[in-house]
Amino acid sequence: MPSPRRADHNPGLPLAGPRAGPGTACHRAITLRRCVSFSLYARLAGYGFRKHATYVGAALAGAFTNSVFGVLRAYILIALWQARPGLAGYDVTAAVTFCFVTQAFIGPMQLLGGGLTLPERIRTGDIALDLVRPAPLQLWLLAEDLGRAAYQLLLRGLPPMLAGAAVFGITVPRDPARWAGVLACVTAGVVVSFAWRYLVCLSVCWLADDRGVMVCSMLLTTLLSGMMVPLTLFPGALGELVRALPWAAMAQAPADVYLGTAPAGPTLAFQAAWGAALLALGALATRAVRHRVVIQGG
Amino acid sequence: MVRTYALLAWTWTRAAMAYRASFALMVVLGVCVTATDVAVILVIFSHTTALAGFTRDEVLFLYGAAGLPFALCDLLVSNVDRVSQHIRAGTLDTMLVRPVGTWIQLAADRFAPTRAGRVLQAAAVLGYALAVLDLDAGRLWMVPVMLATGTVIFAAIWTLGGAAQFLLTDAPEVINSFTYGGGQLTQYPLSVYGRDLVRGVTYVLPLAFVNWQPALYVLDRDDPFGTPGFVRFLGPVAAAVLALLAGLAWRQGIRHYRSTGS
Repeated sequence: MPSPRRADHNPGLPLAGPRAGPGTACHRAITLRRCVSFSLYARLAGYGFRKHATYVGAALAGAFTNSVFGVLRAYILIALWQARPGLAGYDVTAAVTFCFVTQAFIGPMQLLGGGLTLPERIRTGDIALDLVRPAPLQLWLLAEDLGRAAYQLLLRGLPPMLAGAAVFGITVPRDPARWAGVLACVTAGVVVSFAWRYLVCLSVCWLADDRGVMVCSMLLTTLLSGMMVPLTLFPGALGELVRALPWAAMAQAPADVYLGTAPAGPTLAFQAAWGAALLALGALATRAVRHRVVIQGG
Repeated sequence: MVRTYALLAWTWTRAAMAYRASFALMVVLGVCVTATDVAVILVIFSHTTALAGFTRDEVLFLYGAAGLPFALCDLLVSNVDRVSQHIRAGTLDTMLVRPVGTWIQLAADRFAPTRAGRVLQAAAVLGYALAVLDLDAGRLWMVPVMLATGTVIFAAIWTLGGAAQFLLTDAPEVINSFTYGGGQLTQYPLSVYGRDLVRGVTYVLPLAFVNWQPALYVLDRDDPFGTPGFVRFLGPVAAAVLALLAGLAWRQGIRHYRSTGS
């Protein structure tokens, strides 16, 4: 965790964080004035991946828990689909697959909240340092978060799918084009999830206590992303509404593309629209935060 | 023991009450979080009248009967599952030298009074279910027994989870599968689940005695898995055995704990 004092030690390098010390890759990037470029973001994504790759045990423990909950939820969905075959356009196998796919999304999409250390940094004042880094705070964190998501997709996403395949049997798309669509939609889902969590985190600047918003966010995300029950089960107009909200882009939409019950193109457009809207809001909020930090003299 | 716990819990409560608006908000949100589980049940029953042979109100009875002891333990005991955090931070050593039982200190550590809202929410669902279900009054004596049994079973599972963390220091999240997983499992009639899973939670980890077996008696139902009638009344025995095992495991954990040795 970089402290402001460290920046004082390097007056020529006001941008220095722990990853931008002399001799490191980012330092070279700064001196070559290539900072706000694709390679910087690719590197940040790599760091995000590596940062989380340190905790293999924790990721596998999380995957185990996600798998257990997946099994419990799958039994309930099976009971429902046995009572109502073909409900919401899914058969029993599709419903079980949906359950394990959304369970696999918990890690990458951070459906239970968290994943960003921003609130702590705002409280400690480290945010002032983050705001003067050579890349916009939001994109910087987005790149890191994409790296984190890639790692968690592998370690927390695959085990629940394998558990589902072993216990119940799930469908796996055979068409490579569908897989490409799934990957694109999962990535878009991570972007929407990040944009939402970023907004939630920034709210700490205006609220003394972040727990309230965090719980609110978790509440909305778990219920409205389709993680607890498929959104297609919500009745009538309520169902229409929840399927159009940004949380649907995090689990329901990519899961439907995986199952083939929704086309990849329009789903991607829906996710991209929400991603762009939330990122734009986040950018505005970042500007406001920058203003606020200056006012406080931070 | 109880007095120490109450004192510690009251300290945390006063700390939490310092920000009254935040406190009230957290209570309301806590209720909302657990209410999503009820929302899921209602969404499911908007599509069907029976799930694995049980009606909506019967499932709500099962939910309330398990949810109330679960929420109580979540409020009073669940903090023992932070053992691994205390080990890593070195704060467990401080607790060991204090003149109060370690388990009591851990259970009261970071006591979150805002979780009381969940207890009320579960109690409200149970009350609703008892009111709308036309139950045989002669069988209602089982309801307080099952609530007590459930509380002991969940407390024992949390203690076992805490004890296991002396071994699983790096992967405490595994414990959630059994504690919160147990809470999730008992929300629905066990007839939903597969035969092997139900055998496991009847004879290995006795979650079936939290609400399923006693509720079969209260609702005057036969077990779809065909267990004999006397099993309905074995809950207190199962809870006592599990509590004993949890106590032994906890003692083993504490006894074999080695600090960093510096």
